[in-house]
Amino acid sequence: MQTVALIDYGAGNIPSAQRALEVAVERSGLSCGLIVTDSPEKIAAADRVVIPGVGHFKDCREAMFGVSGLVEALEDSIHKKGRPVLGICVGMQLMADLGLEDGETPGFGWIPGKVEHIPTDPGLPIPHMGWNELVVRTAHPVLEGIQTGNHAYFVHSFHMHCANPSDLQVEVDYGGHITAAIGRDNVFGTQFHPELSQETGLRLLTNWIKWNP
Amino acid sequence: MLKTRIIPCLDVKDGRTVKGVNFVDLRDAGDPVALAKAYSEQGADEICFLDISASEEGRGTMLDVVNKTARNCFTPLTVGGGVRSPDNVIALLRAGADKVGINSAAVADPDLIARCAARVGRQCVVVAIDARRTGDGKWEVFTHGGKRGTGIDAVEYAELVCAKGAGEILLTSMDKDGTKSGYDIELTRLVASRVTIPVIASGGAGTIPHLIEGIQETGATAVLAASIFHFGEIAIEDAKREMQAAGIPMRIEEN
Repeated sequence: MQTVALIDYGAGNIPSAQRALEVAVERSGLSCGLIVTDSPEKIAAADRVVIPGVGHFKDCREAMFGVSGLVEALEDSIHKKGRPVLGICVGMQLMADLGLEDGETPGFGWIPGKVEHIPTDPGLPIPHMGWNELVVRTAHPVLEGIQTGNHAYFVHSFHMHCANPSDLQVEVDYGGHITAAIGRDNVFGTQFHPELSQETGLRLLTNWIKWNP
Repeated sequence: MLKTRIIPCLDVKDGRTVKGVNFVDLRDAGDPVALAKAYSEQGADEICFLDISASEEGRGTMLDVVNKTARNCFTPLTVGGGVRSPDNVIALLRAGADKVGINSAAVADPDLIARCAARVGRQCVVVAIDARRTGDGKWEVFTHGGKRGTGIDAVEYAELVCAKGAGEILLTSMDKDGTKSGYDIELTRLVASRVTIPVIASGGAGTIPHLIEGIQETGATAVLAASIFHFGEIAIEDAKREMQAAGIPMRIEEN
């Protein structure tokens, strides 16, 4: 049996993410257990890991580094064991080299890029909040069955600018291009909240549970 | 393109929906969990719960309602009512809310907004403003469910909460609330023009044209309504189709 670990480092709406992952596991038909934890040992032992995140880039980074051994366990999982990792919202943004929210904060550097303020028209409200139409750029296994025009729920003021265009999987338009999903090797991330995006979100999570990069 | 949101709002007291609710085929219409699920399936873009429990027991029950709702529908859930501290906000988020509404406590201490935003991020903090017209082009902030005047100018207060770190403003016209005569267009337009964050129009929706003008004439990015949806007068799907036909981008998923 596989284990999926949802990292609980004190931030955010864990129950929504937990329940959506439970449904995704059911739909995948795989024998799979979900744990919610901040234990580096359990995360190191998990077959897949989800990094949620709401709020501030710097705060989320500090909260993750605040749990001794957590980030090391994650990096070991990604780089040495090649296990699939999914980041959601700020959990995705942390995968970049650098965050520019209130000064410069280094990210984990798993996917080259910077997290910048949304380059919006002056007339558009920030945060970018609500349902936006996805524009799917690549054929990625995690995006199977998800098409351009499907909607996902966003709530954020910063987004990731990928240094390598090939890492950009999905984008949306909000006064300009906004990065909606990124992927590289065994790492995938969504700026939107799949746990709040009804069928499209559940489909993405189910694909991710079944994904063997 | 970002879509305009329709947000049904449920008043919840001691774990039950109050105000009559009249859904076809819904066995327990007073159950907020079942209602939220039904609205979610009908295409609601977010759900809003307003906790009007008078007692601590009622507030405890609310956390349970929030948790059950989060486990049953994958639609963003905002919960407000009686929120006084960052700890209250975190308790609601940990129970399954995705955003938290703050009203009276933010008027008493606007720095509360900054403290909450620092803990959970500004996108989680929705400041609810209840405003009543006091003269030509002037509105006053009311608190405690619209019972208490504050002498504070509603437009200036909206600018203040935006500066303090609110992620969104839920703007309710006390004059219009319950009248079904349409949103306070002038107030909503003025507030939306003065802040950089999203504004939700609230109070007064009685027809689909009200929803349309609530967006097209104001700069609000979402419309909130209660009774027109509860009583089944307007189906959310119908509202969305008519709004789309009027040129407003709506999320209509053809699954």
